[in-house]
Amino acid sequence: MSEPVLSVRDLVVEIPTRHGVLRPVDGVSYDIAAGEILGVVGESGAGKSMTGNAVIGLLDRPARIASGEVLLQGQPIHQLQGAALRKLRGRHMGMIFQDPLTSLNPLLTVGDQLTETIQEHLDLSASQAHERAIAALDEVGIPAARQRIDSYPHEFSGGMRQRVVIALALCAEPELIIADEPTTALDVSVQAQIIALLRRLCRERGVAVMLVTHDMGVIAEAADRVAVMYAGRLAELGPVREVVTQARHPYTAGLMASTPVASQGQKRLRQIPGAMPRLDAVPAGCAFHPRCERAQARCRQAPGPTLQACDGRAACWFPITHEQEATL
Amino acid sequence: MSALIRVENLVRDFDVSKPWLNRVIERLPRAKLRAVADVSFEIEERSVYALVGESGSGKSTIGRIIAGLIPASAGRVVIDGVDIVDQGGPDAVRSELQMIFQDPYASLNPRWKVRDIIAEPVAVRGERTQGLAEKLLEQVGLSATDAGKFPHEFSGGQRQRICIARALASNPKIIICDEPTSALDVSVQSQVLNLMSDLREEMGLTYLFISHDLTVVRHMADRIGVLYLGSLVEEAPRDRLFDAPKHPYTRMLFDAAPRMDAFGREVDPPKGEIPDAINPPPGCPYHPRCPLATQICKEEHPAPRMIGETRVRCHHAE
Amino acid sequence: MSDHQIEIETRRTPGRLARAWNGDLAYSFRHSPVAMISAFMVALLVLSAVFAPWIAPHNPFDPGSLNLMNGFTPPGEPNAFTGEVFLLGTDDQGRDVFSTILYGMRISLLVGFSAVMLAMVIGVVLGLLAGYLGGWIESVIMRIADIQLTFPAILVAMLIFGVAKGITPPEYRDQMAIYVLILAIGLSDWVQFARVVRGATLVEKNREYVEAARLVGRRPFSIMIRHILPNALNAVLVIATISLALAIIAEATLSFLGVGAPPTKPSLGTLIRIGQGYMFSGEWWILLFPALTLLALALSINLLGDWLRDALNPRLR
Repeated sequence: MSEPVLSVRDLVVEIPTRHGVLRPVDGVSYDIAAGEILGVVGESGAGKSMTGNAVIGLLDRPARIASGEVLLQGQPIHQLQGAALRKLRGRHMGMIFQDPLTSLNPLLTVGDQLTETIQEHLDLSASQAHERAIAALDEVGIPAARQRIDSYPHEFSGGMRQRVVIALALCAEPELIIADEPTTALDVSVQAQIIALLRRLCRERGVAVMLVTHDMGVIAEAADRVAVMYAGRLAELGPVREVVTQARHPYTAGLMASTPVASQGQKRLRQIPGAMPRLDAVPAGCAFHPRCERAQARCRQAPGPTLQACDGRAACWFPITHEQEATL
Repeated sequence: MSALIRVENLVRDFDVSKPWLNRVIERLPRAKLRAVADVSFEIEERSVYALVGESGSGKSTIGRIIAGLIPASAGRVVIDGVDIVDQGGPDAVRSELQMIFQDPYASLNPRWKVRDIIAEPVAVRGERTQGLAEKLLEQVGLSATDAGKFPHEFSGGQRQRICIARALASNPKIIICDEPTSALDVSVQSQVLNLMSDLREEMGLTYLFISHDLTVVRHMADRIGVLYLGSLVEEAPRDRLFDAPKHPYTRMLFDAAPRMDAFGREVDPPKGEIPDAINPPPGCPYHPRCPLATQICKEEHPAPRMIGETRVRCHHAE
Repeated sequence: MSDHQIEIETRRTPGRLARAWNGDLAYSFRHSPVAMISAFMVALLVLSAVFAPWIAPHNPFDPGSLNLMNGFTPPGEPNAFTGEVFLLGTDDQGRDVFSTILYGMRISLLVGFSAVMLAMVIGVVLGLLAGYLGGWIESVIMRIADIQLTFPAILVAMLIFGVAKGITPPEYRDQMAIYVLILAIGLSDWVQFARVVRGATLVEKNREYVEAARLVGRRPFSIMIRHILPNALNAVLVIATISLALAIIAEATLSFLGVGAPPTKPSLGTLIRIGQGYMFSGEWWILLFPALTLLALALSINLLGDWLRDALNPRLR
């Protein structure tokens, strides 16, 4: 395989507070190849959005990258700041957020925002940029793009607005797109449209996509590989089909089993006892051990399991093997 | 079995006109948004009735009308034999009905102690609340010592348990659950749904369950009504609805919902979005997006008709 | 929400006090030198005003203790005739400037504090009613507020003062002056409170805990007082602090213009008015020290209010 578009190595994000240093992201490593969608899934507080923000350099102070590397096509970008970072964003990395309204300027027409971004990153004349903006809107499936390019964001519906955001993220032809809960605010029917659009663009343009979401269903449909996060760490990383159907980390397995679909026909849902620990009270050893029915003495001892220390798929000393799964 | 709640031809309009001065200057007419259009259904005692729909379908509005939080524009809502639209408002049935809200952060007053929050429905009636909160906290899986804490000390799932405890305080028969788990994480959602199922069995409760999440509805409901732009387009017992959806909108919803077993599914996504409720399309509200639409759909709003156990509002369903 | 909100209403047991001290608000306080210095200044000035009868070397309101020979004594120097020494000098009538400042501050603070209280009560009540009930009640209240805002507050205060003066009999005027001053400043300042409380009420009344309270049959007035008001108090506290500084300045302005506290019971503003007559004739201290006191008082209260606003604003934390 060729060099990955994005390579994250042992990324640690820290937030110093008066109660001590919190680690919302703690030693996360993964690659995304061109044309691949990596789904990053986890419950609230798992550190999934923080990982995405760290990659694009959008951490709010006082959060900071404490150690680790972020490589974009082999070039380290985690130490870039200011103008260099802004140049990188847009040109090489596009962003799609949950609420399309916050990522669009309400006072500028959609066309102005697109041409501005295009001209900032690509060496094109005004009219060329205009044509390109129309092509970008066309590509994300906005009907009558040539007429609608002079509309303001509020004149679009929610789904169409999210398409505009995607066009904006794509218009300078970046190699990497980071989509943070891109469909959470949308209705089911529109969500399906947006997922289909993301998949098509990823396939046709060979963009690497990091899809951050809490919705396992969205991940299962859209992603090629999935990274499951728990308390700032990677719990499991693997091809989506294997992770969903043959989860090896007990947390992933519990997560899958507790969705109402999985327990179809049963009176009660499977449930994981307790809740994700707060960042100031992450237990020693494996962060999941207080909620885990498979936990043994080793799970309580530091250092906790990591993907590298285990089998590379699940960060668990005692992963569920496929034979056990069959008997469950 | 008898119907505990009967909703007949319920209509609710919202006035979405601009302020008076703007209307005069810009020569605009009053604008009306019909959030609920001629909806009828019945909820059997000790059953779970679910209303599903996307945003703007009117599902929360119906819940709030039944709860007596907002008045109906027309129609009847009969709860346990009392018509709350005609007969002196919702006060008559107030103690029989409670509600659980979507946002566990906004539904607890941040300045109140958990003890006072839970006991409020009883305290308002001037009755004794000694030990009540502690008992209810244990019933919903929290500790009696939590009664002296403030809401900010709890996680989202725990807050939703506190909301459930408050809902149980006045010993209601009916609980209206408005998206009770959509703000929660999956693993916490299953805990809350299980708790709700258990309490229903123990206390013989009737739920009106409002949600956009088909998987949750399929797990919880006995009978399901599908809403689109304020109209009840299809209603059927759970298994019947999921096995043989009749209305094209219901089918679209099922197809569009993300599935755990649909890896890299390549289907044609549904077309279009929910139209503007202020200027809804004439005839059947779904016709602009409907693959089955013909001329009659553009002109005439279909009347409900029965196909087996399913009640559907569609000219072409069979 | 956060610890500080509990802190405000639960200062009863030591356990809570300890928690309050460790809470977010106290933490922010301990890490803001400006807040600590201004809090110290406010405490110093308020305490010295409250305990003026015990601190002040003379009683400026007791004509019997005054000696006209002491007039115009410069600060720190012995008087040419009596040999008495005054820390901040004396004014034309031989009153000790230091003592008059302490007593003047009493009146300034009393008027300012009472006026803010009056404005707060009116503003909070009208704001709650407007925000929660809406409809024509809201329209009437907020339009009155809008109209009042188009006049400078000091003009409104002067108008009220003038009307009140016209209807009180002359022999009571000096006695009533303080109360009229409170009424005038209070009535000119309620709009801010009403607007802030209405805004907070509009936010809170649509939150689900208010719906839950309506659902169980709690009456509107009970909801406003038990549910909404406690959640609007933060904003009220901030406005009250900043209004206090403004009210003290407004009082000083009115007194300076001669429509406020009478010379027999001088406030800081009256003292400045008296002092400005001697500004260019060499007796600078009669103007300078009251003016500096007013500056220190208003500035430190304002800085404290600014800090409080930032510390209580959840978006900035």
